Formats: sequence, C-alpha cells, structure tokens
Amino acid sequence: MSTRRIEVDLLTRVEGEGALDIEIENGGLKTAHLRIFEPPRFFEALLRGRDYAEIPDITARICGICPIAYQMGAVQAVERAFGADIPAAMRDLRRLLYCGEWIESHALHVVMLHAPDFCGLPDGIALAREQPGIVRAGLALKKTGNALMRVIGGREIHPVNLRPGGVFRLPTRAELAALAPALEEGRETAIRLFRWAAALPFPEVERDYEFVALRHGGEYPITAGRLASSRGLDIDIGDFETEFEERQVTHSTALHALRRNGGAYLTGPLARYALNSNLLPETAKTLAEEAGLGPVCRNPYKSILVRCLEMLFACEEALRLIAAYTPPAEAFQPLTPRAATGFGCTEAPRGICWHRYDFAGDGSVLAARIVAPTTQNQPAIEEDLVALVGGMLAAPDDAIRAAAEAAIRNHDPCISCATHFLRLSVRRA
Amino acid sequence: MPRLRLAVFKFASCDGCQLSLLDCEDELLAITDAVEIAHFAEASSTLAPGPYDLVLVEGSITTAQDAERIQEIRKQAGLLVTIGACATAGGIQALRNFADAAEYTRAVYPHPDYISTLATSTPIAAHVKVDAELRGCPISKESLLEFIAATLAGRAPVLPARPVCIECKSRGTVCVLVQGTPCLGPVTHAGCGALCPSYRRGCYGCFGPSETPNTAALAARFTALGQTPREIVHAFRNFNAGAAAFKRESEANEHKTD
Repeated sequence: MSTRRIEVDLLTRVEGEGALDIEIENGGLKTAHLRIFEPPRFFEALLRGRDYAEIPDITARICGICPIAYQMGAVQAVERAFGADIPAAMRDLRRLLYCGEWIESHALHVVMLHAPDFCGLPDGIALAREQPGIVRAGLALKKTGNALMRVIGGREIHPVNLRPGGVFRLPTRAELAALAPALEEGRETAIRLFRWAAALPFPEVERDYEFVALRHGGEYPITAGRLASSRGLDIDIGDFETEFEERQVTHSTALHALRRNGGAYLTGPLARYALNSNLLPETAKTLAEEAGLGPVCRNPYKSILVRCLEMLFACEEALRLIAAYTPPAEAFQPLTPRAATGFGCTEAPRGICWHRYDFAGDGSVLAARIVAPTTQNQPAIEEDLVALVGGMLAAPDDAIRAAAEAAIRNHDPCISCATHFLRLSVRRA
Repeated sequence: MPRLRLAVFKFASCDGCQLSLLDCEDELLAITDAVEIAHFAEASSTLAPGPYDLVLVEGSITTAQDAERIQEIRKQAGLLVTIGACATAGGIQALRNFADAAEYTRAVYPHPDYISTLATSTPIAAHVKVDAELRGCPISKESLLEFIAATLAGRAPVLPARPVCIECKSRGTVCVLVQGTPCLGPVTHAGCGALCPSYRRGCYGCFGPSETPNTAALAARFTALGQTPREIVHAFRNFNAGAAAFKRESEANEHKTD
C-alpha cells in the first residue's frame, strides 16, 4: 500500500481561512473534508444580556462582506418578537439596501475570486492584465453596489443605519436618484459580464442538489419569504429547527447544517435560481435562454452565470425601487419589548441566513442562534469534492489541488461567517 | 526600483478590514503597479514567502497556534501594521475577557471538547512589536490609502488621534449629544468622518479611544441623560472593549447598581 499526501496550507480566494483534507485509499477517494479551523468568536454567547437595539451592530461583525445579511435577519427577528408591523415602504427601502450587498459581493466573487479559475490565473489582478475591460467593469459594478450600501447604510462595511423598527435616517429622494445612472451602467455591465462568462470553459457536470431558498409570492426573494426546497419543503422560517439541524464535526469549528433526515442541501444563487428563476426580469430570462442555462442549473461551476443574472436583477430591482421611492412617514417606529422569541431569515449573497433570538421582558437577549449560509453549504461542498475530484485521482497532486479549490470556490464560501482556516492535505494510502 | 512587498495576514476577525483594500475599486489596479501584493490569501492564489516590506495584520489572537504564528510573521515583516479594532484592541470577541470563555464554548458548541481556544482575545501588540495602528471597525479605506501612500513616499502618515467631535464640527453636523442622544464621539478616535451623528445616532466608538479621552466625564453625562450603569457598561464594552481607556470605564461602571 502506498501513501501519498498533498497539503495546501491555506485555501485562497475565499473569505476567511480554511483547509481541506482528501483521503485516498487503495486508489479510491475515501473522504473529503472541508476543514475550518477559523478561531471561534462566540457571537451567540456574547450576545446574551445585550439589549435588542444593540444586536444589529454586533451581528454585522460576523462578516465584513455581507454585514447586511446579519443585520437584516436580526432586526426582523426583533420586530417579529415584539409584534411590530413594518410598513411596505420601509420594507422596500431595506430591500434596496440589500440589492447593494448582492451587487458588491457578487461582483467581487465573479471577477476577482471565481473567474480566474476558468482562465488558469492566480487572481483578479493577473486577470486584469489579460482582460482589463472585464475586470475594470466588474470593479465599477462592485463600486456601484458599495455606493448603494454607503448612501442607505452609511458605509460599505458594517453599515450603521439599520435599527429594529426601521432606520435611523431616511435617505432623500435626491440622494437615491443620484445612484440611478451608475445602476443603469451596472445593468449593462452585468449583461456584458454574463456574456463573457458564458463563453468560459465549464466542466460538464450536474449535481443532484436539494436546493433550499426563500420563496416569496411574485418577487425574487431577498429579505423575506417562506423556506422552500426543490424536494417539496415549504415552511415558515420559524419552523427551521424542526426541519434542519446543526451537527458538530471534529474537523471544523463551523457547525454543519443538515436536513433532519441527514441529507446535505445547497443554498445560495443556484438554489434561489432553481426555485425562483421564473421571477427574474425578462432581460435576465432572455440572457439565460441565450446561453442555454435553463430554469434550473445543477452545474456548480455555472454559478458564476447565475451570479451575473442576479447582479442584473439587483440593478434593475434597485432602479425600480428608487423610481418608486417615497420616504416612509417615519424613519422608525418605537418598539415595546416583551418576553418572546423572534425569527429572521434573508437571502444573503451566499444563501439563507437564519436567526433566532429569545428575549426577556426587558428586551435583553436570553439566547441567540444564527445559522450562516456557509454552515449550511459545507456538507454539500464536501459532497461536491467527492463527486468532482473523485474522478481524477490519478492526476498529479497540483491538478487535484487546483480542481478541489475551484470546486470549493464555486460556492463562494464565507468561512469568516461560518467561523474559519482551510488547509488542503491529500492523504493517499 | 523594486516594488514595495505587501502581505496581509488574518487572525480572528470578520475579513472586513482586508476587504477595505479590495474596496478601493478605483485605486486597486494602480496600487498593484506600485506595490507587489506578495501574500493576500483572500485575493490571490499566489502566496509568496517573506520577507515583506509592509505587513497588514487583521484580527486578534485567540488560539495558541495563532500566538505562535504572529511571532513568525513579525520575523518576516519590515513594518507591521494592525488594521482594525480586532488587531488593535481585541475586537468584539474580547467580550470573552470579561466572561467565562469555557462557558462561551459550551453555549455555542455541543462538543466543547473539540474546540481549542484561549480564554482571552488579545490585540497583536500584546504579542509582538507593532509599528503602526489603523483604527476602526472597519478601518476607513481613506486611512489605508493614506498609510500606503505615505509609506511609498517615505513620509509619516496623517492619521490624527483627535476625537470624532472635531469631524462633526468640520462637516457641520448638529451635535446629537446636546439633543439628548448618548454619543461616544467626545472620547472616540477620529477617522470615520463622524458617520453615526450624520445618520442621527450617537457614535458607538468603533474607532476606539481618542488621545487623552475623559471617559469618566462622558459617563457622568450619560448618567445625567438617564442611562443606567448597565447601559454605560455596554456603551464602552463593544468593538473596542479591550482598549485600555474603554476597559477602565466599563469596569468602573460595572459594579454600580442600576
């Protein structure tokens, strides 16, 4: 029996740090573990005893790339616990803010993190030398997403304007209208990026995922909805814990979320698209058809195309919301704390981000539980590794390493969110 | 002339401060003309070995392995600069320093024995010599660009340690504290552009203490505004809970009765 071991100390072009263990026995793939040893920061513990009003500022710090996901789920949970009725105009303003986060996060991933894999390049900076127009356009689009975050949220990273009950300050119509020209350009950029990405060389693979995403009436889901799956699940977000569980595994400081029946599932762009592609704007549907994408995409590499479609959608949605914007009557409504449990769930760029808080009568936190998208995608990513890398075990270590990292990047894992540290080692016995 | 060799290393953190570098959308490609990004795992698969001229460190030290890793990084660093509240003061995760870290682990993980973590979250300066600090949770990209530009030019960066109040005055924002909103602006390091008061809320101190902050006087003002000792403890005990002046003030209020 021969033993061969490959190690990569640090997975690159992902948010946060982690490792990967691949074990090969008698020529066959035995296990593939995404190993996260990001030091835990214990948010759920340190939130206890804090006031409800402090939660969104604290939970934002879970992730610098998608802070809105952690703030929005928190404010929703507080509002649900205390029985607040948030007016439609406030809901629309928050959806607009969230469009900014989708655009900046997706643009970063598409151009700087994911695309280099299809071009055999180490990073977006090298890609900029070969494709300066594409990278510059992608960065400009990212900047447009950040501008939305800055105007409505105050800043791109850890915005300050969201609060339970509303926002601190309502933007003026003029402030929002000033963003429209960049969003018009962003729409064209998203189309250009999609067409460019559609010509990239994609491995021909299909994976049989159970997709889990929000579904919300006639709109593509961002801030609200019921939890649905491609295998028939359809529940209120408050029932998450009866259908999903988190398990702790020895190789990760991030918990693994699974269906109660033990199955892995996938959340994120592919899942949103599979469950809601009919709700995308016509421009996006036409583009998808042009590229032969179909209403459901099971090829994880093609998630880059779905992210481009979602950027196009987010630009159009932002333009629609800005055109319709009339400032709500009040920036926020006062809340009356009570002993209760509240739930929040939104579509972060990487997938559903679920929150539960138990409150004491004075509005302080008794218990908190936050399930990050990457926590949920880890088991599916490990199954992808088995499926996508398992067929190439005779290949040189470097090729396996590159393929494994690319397979992980397909899902844009945010290891900071799920906790962190990715080391790739391949053991051959 | 060889380009400045830059490295970015991460410890316990949210990635936001290093993201600030990628958020320099207009400047990023120009920066890479003047600076060789030798090690920046979030951005590139090329991880070149040291030594590096300038090392940006994000995050706090919370594990025994990381306490060793920062020693190795220091040896490879010309200038070592902490970016953000985690690296500079221990971050929000330093709340464990005021609690029972083992109990925190039990609260989050069903198998706490799988988790290996230190009882405290400490800033980088508690472990190695730090040449400069960029404040903020997150840092401002303007201060990052200023620091890189100054380093390239061989001059001292302009990063004033005056309080947020000065920024409020210079942008003409009406003081929220005089309107009755508790605000940490008088004791907080400038650099955000007085963001929160411009959004009609009090500063929550994410840039940490300014130079010579009179936190006791501000706490007394908060009391006069009707804040309880518990609320005052919370005000000083968040993203810069481990910074000396804020730590002292939160502890001074901790044992007062509500």
